[in-house]
Amino acid sequence: MAADVHKRKGWEVSNGSLMPADGQQTERSESPTPGLAQGMEPGAGQEGTMFVHTRSYEDLTSPEDGDIASKSPEEGPEERAEQTSMEQISKDFSELSTQLTGVALDLEEEMRPSQEDKTDLSPLVPQRDSVRSGKQEEDVTMDTWRMHQKHVFVLSEAGKPVYSRYGSEEALSSTMGVMMALVSFLEAEKNAIRSIHADGYKVVFVRRSPLVLVAVARTRQSEQEIAQELLYIYYQILSLLTWTQLNHIFLQKQNYDLRRLLAGSERITDNLLDLMARDPSFLMGAVRCLPMAAGLRDTVSSCLQQARAKSLVFSILLSRNQLVSLVRRKDQFLHPIDLHLLFNLISSSSSFREGEAWTPICLPKFNSSGFFHAHISYLEQDTDLCLLLVSTDREDFFPVSDCKRRFRERLGKRSVYHALQEALRTPFYSVSQVGIPDLRHFIYKSKSSGLFTSPEIEAPYVSEEEKQRLLELYQYMHSRAHNSSRPLKNIYFTGPHENLLAWVTSAFELYMCYSPLGTKAAAASTVNKLMKWIRREEDRLFILTPQTY
Amino acid sequence: MFKKNMAPRRMKQMGARSSTDGHFLQQAYIYKVVLLGGTTVGKSSIAFRYVKNDFKESMPTVGCSFFTQQVCLETATVKLEIWDTAGQEQYQSICHLYYRGAKAALLVYDITRKETFARAKLWLRELEKEFLHDEMVIILVGNKTDLADQREVTFEEAEEFAKIKSLMYMETSAKSNYQVTELFTAIAHELLKQEQQEDPGLQLRKNSCVDLQEPNGQTKKCCMS
Ligand SMILES: Nc1nc2c(ncn2[C@@H]2O[C@H](COP(=O)(O)OP(=O)(O)OP(=O)(O)O)[C@@H](O)[C@H]2O)c(=O)[nH]1
Ligand SMILES: [Mg+2]
Repeated sequence: MAADVHKRKGWEVSNGSLMPADGQQTERSESPTPGLAQGMEPGAGQEGTMFVHTRSYEDLTSPEDGDIASKSPEEGPEERAEQTSMEQISKDFSELSTQLTGVALDLEEEMRPSQEDKTDLSPLVPQRDSVRSGKQEEDVTMDTWRMHQKHVFVLSEAGKPVYSRYGSEEALSSTMGVMMALVSFLEAEKNAIRSIHADGYKVVFVRRSPLVLVAVARTRQSEQEIAQELLYIYYQILSLLTWTQLNHIFLQKQNYDLRRLLAGSERITDNLLDLMARDPSFLMGAVRCLPMAAGLRDTVSSCLQQARAKSLVFSILLSRNQLVSLVRRKDQFLHPIDLHLLFNLISSSSSFREGEAWTPICLPKFNSSGFFHAHISYLEQDTDLCLLLVSTDREDFFPVSDCKRRFRERLGKRSVYHALQEALRTPFYSVSQVGIPDLRHFIYKSKSSGLFTSPEIEAPYVSEEEKQRLLELYQYMHSRAHNSSRPLKNIYFTGPHENLLAWVTSAFELYMCYSPLGTKAAAASTVNKLMKWIRREEDRLFILTPQTY
Repeated sequence: MFKKNMAPRRMKQMGARSSTDGHFLQQAYIYKVVLLGGTTVGKSSIAFRYVKNDFKESMPTVGCSFFTQQVCLETATVKLEIWDTAGQEQYQSICHLYYRGAKAALLVYDITRKETFARAKLWLRELEKEFLHDEMVIILVGNKTDLADQREVTFEEAEEFAKIKSLMYMETSAKSNYQVTELFTAIAHELLKQEQQEDPGLQLRKNSCVDLQEPNGQTKKCCMS
């Protein structure tokens, strides 16, 4: 496909500000080709990158984190030895599945009085026990609970519940017990990811000693993608406790009840799960920038860069999960996952809107053994601009707080605050700007910068369900492109409601969504146009010149 | 190691600012005040009511929130640096970071939950270990008086306890704006009173106490970094 895309064109200087810095390769081709070297694709930083270099989400599941070993129970010769346990597992699992998502509706009907009866008989019918705890309770015996797209549980290796996405952990402890049994069957080695497929859903286990994370999903995601989400949850927990502390706790006391320590932070994990179902950042393992004129961004970045303190490692300005500017210490790189966790922390709590927060935070991908201290504050009462200053010194509140004051002062002096506010007003662009009639939406990620861009999701994806469906389609395309046993570089998918195209090279990833009327050939012929458009807009959509202190 | 950055703020800064900006103003007193107590007792709501005179449903604090507020008394202007700490368990081991150097502590409990009163007592024990009696103004605060029908801790019980321990004591409601401003004004008054009572000898002794702030073996153990 896309034969015409393969034409290599020399990069023409159409805009002075796009000039790469001296000593840099000047071969930035106008439209990338599969042979395009990493670092030359649109969106690639011109003066180095901000992030730790990552290979998309593979990085999460790479050997460093344990290998992926997702197999259906049937396959794999080495599984034969475990045949008996597998039988046991499928038996357990069928019980579990009825507990979780069981659609034995007639049985349900039998067991439950009908609505009218219920009102009449209510004094006679014993009420279902609903267990109470801090957060909103759901009766685990209720249908809604079973119908959720994805359940997530975290338990300790001793089988103690740590977190449950829906319903309280106590009410689920019997379910947890079944899962623990499953886990012990499945786990020969540590750090493995395993999954079971059953009609309509997958159960994915990730073990990161001393925790076990389990997802029961009815989404079309691959087990790798689900495992990735579970790892995000794991990192989220580490960001509150550090790996060192977590391990220390369980070394001291194997059956420690971690819920006590995490009480009140479930909402951060809840928020992360919601965000992952909505925001492609997590799927892409990349960060989205707030679109703005390159000149404006550079000014903001230099204001940020000048307002430094000795102990600062990262200064980050963001707005609603979009990056405005990031300044880092010269020798230190942030990992996109750590930045996602920070974004999630900020978006999950309104408490940062008041005063200045000063909180210990572990960036597990950076260093899972210690805490940084983060200064978090909004620039103004009614703005979404949030400033995050990450310091190595927990005693440094006042110097760091002063950085914020100086940053605001500088913004004022160079009168960019107003322009910044203006940019906030249009956080998304319309896909119509690209000028491809059949194109409804796209995601483009530059691998070397770890940044991605994507237009606003417009009609027909208006309702929440439709938006989620679109993301699920991307997840599906992504999983096929990254299938560990048979990765594909080009995929064209024809669906009843839309057609999708995926193109993954060593330099970038591109996912495009077209109206269902177009043809494959027509779609392929537009890729070049989109890539040219991104190249033209790259200094607005990406951060090409990241700064350091 | 003794940290210079937070330390100078612990002491009153007499006229320090006025001399630098060329105006001669009255003495500027700056005090660090810390809010302590279990989660959801209403610490952030009290701070928010005081600073913004508003009440809204709030979420658990992450780490600590910092506010400043000026109090104008007849004799002087006092600036309070308010540290609103997180009551959640996971932040307990670092709380000493936030109360170190504080001149006043508010031990907040929820009058509808007995266990939060016990929690406040525990906080007092911890502070007694760290501070000399005259080093810190401690005030016991029973919050949520608007929920009087669910009260589990009586006014008398708490008052009695405060008397024995020679603490100040007040009941508040952040929601219905009952006695919140009064609470902070009372603290400012008390801090100022102590300041003015201090004789030079005492002053000297107090300054030398700064070394107490240095983490001792025990607090070091709780550090997580
Ligand atoms: N009825 C009533 N509710 C209150 C009052 N003060 C706070 N609340 C409620 O109590 C809950 C907890 O309040 P916060 O101010 O967040 O509690 P906190 O002590 O700061 O909690 P942490 O930050 O977790 O330590 C919120 O739902 C408040 O709305 C009050 O005076 N009356
Ligand atoms: Mg609070």
